[in-house]
Amino acid sequence: MAEFRLPENSRIRKDGKAHKAPEGAKNVRTFKVYRYDPDGGENPRVDSFELDMDDCGPMVLDALLKIKNEVDPSLTFRRSCREGICGSCAMNIDGANTLACTKSCDEVKGDVKVYPLPHMPVVKDLVPDLTQFYAQYASVKPWLQSRTPAPPDRERLQSPEDQEKIDRPSACILCACCSTSCPSYWWNGDRYLGPAALLAAYRWIIDSRDDATGERLDALEDPFRLYRCHTIMNCTEACPKDLNPAKAIVEIKKMMAEREHL
Amino acid sequence: MSLRSPLGRVLGRGSAKSGVSHWWAQRVTAVALVPLTVWFAFSVVHLPTSDHEAVRAWVGSGIHPVLLLLLIGTLTWHSALGVQVVLEDYVHAKGLKVASLLASTFAHLLLAAAGAYAVLRIAFTTGSA
Repeated sequence: MAEFRLPENSRIRKDGKAHKAPEGAKNVRTFKVYRYDPDGGENPRVDSFELDMDDCGPMVLDALLKIKNEVDPSLTFRRSCREGICGSCAMNIDGANTLACTKSCDEVKGDVKVYPLPHMPVVKDLVPDLTQFYAQYASVKPWLQSRTPAPPDRERLQSPEDQEKIDRPSACILCACCSTSCPSYWWNGDRYLGPAALLAAYRWIIDSRDDATGERLDALEDPFRLYRCHTIMNCTEACPKDLNPAKAIVEIKKMMAEREHL
Repeated sequence: MSLRSPLGRVLGRGSAKSGVSHWWAQRVTAVALVPLTVWFAFSVVHLPTSDHEAVRAWVGSGIHPVLLLLLIGTLTWHSALGVQVVLEDYVHAKGLKVASLLASTFAHLLLAAAGAYAVLRIAFTTGSA
């Protein structure tokens, strides 16, 4: 059955550590951060950190870096570009999946709650295990498959209209915010490919230079791989790049229906 | 624990090469149910009286039994498809999954057969009697 409670070893302990703001801080905000140490043998806990916002950058990532640099160096999270293009710092902030580097602390009311991406195995603190997510991306063969030889003297040409179609889907940064916000992915992530992989599949299905459209549709035609999507649309809601995976999945379903029935 | 590669696990047994007809049937039955349920609700509300005899007479007259058979068939088919998806979503224990899918299929067939029998029986016994 679907799991209604977290597994025994994932339930959050009540005894998280509290770190007070420095003396004389006037603009204090509290960050409640999920902590899990795989070596400690203990259940996860939520630590609270009071920060002086007059001495901190505006984004949630700035706050996490301040905590790591000045309060608790053991806090573990992924980050790289700090400008929303690498997808490393995807996490659950204030109850919604987004990138810590583009989420402003001012957008959050009250305490800023920071958790790892939902329903994924946690490696440590805010670092989820994305092995399966990347394998699902690889499974849709996200590269050009053409039986047409490339012109010897130039690149494969594409009309501006055809380029327009893949422009937005190509902007996916594989942060996993969408897939890990999807209830269908939570309950059947081992068989359902999830919105990110399906958006990538769509990007190649509609690429005018790709000759494997039929094989790509064949590979997706499955009650679980594609049709576990019930158009809940959490994916589109969560996407920090304002992409629309739900629309891409609907388009794939329409192509399937046209191929078989219309 | 298995040492199978993550990609091998995701690819699994490959695509079932089905699902589109299920999806299509859900949509077709949904579209058909719009006029059928509107007609049914409208007719029931506008029955002259709500006693047993009035309902029997309405069920057995003219085109009503044909539309009722269509309504019963479409409704149970649509429901069977939907409940199947819900069970596939949430029931993961293998034995329970098979048992609940069977139970759902049989229950829907039973409902459809009982409904159709009731309509036919009324249709063939009213008017001529």
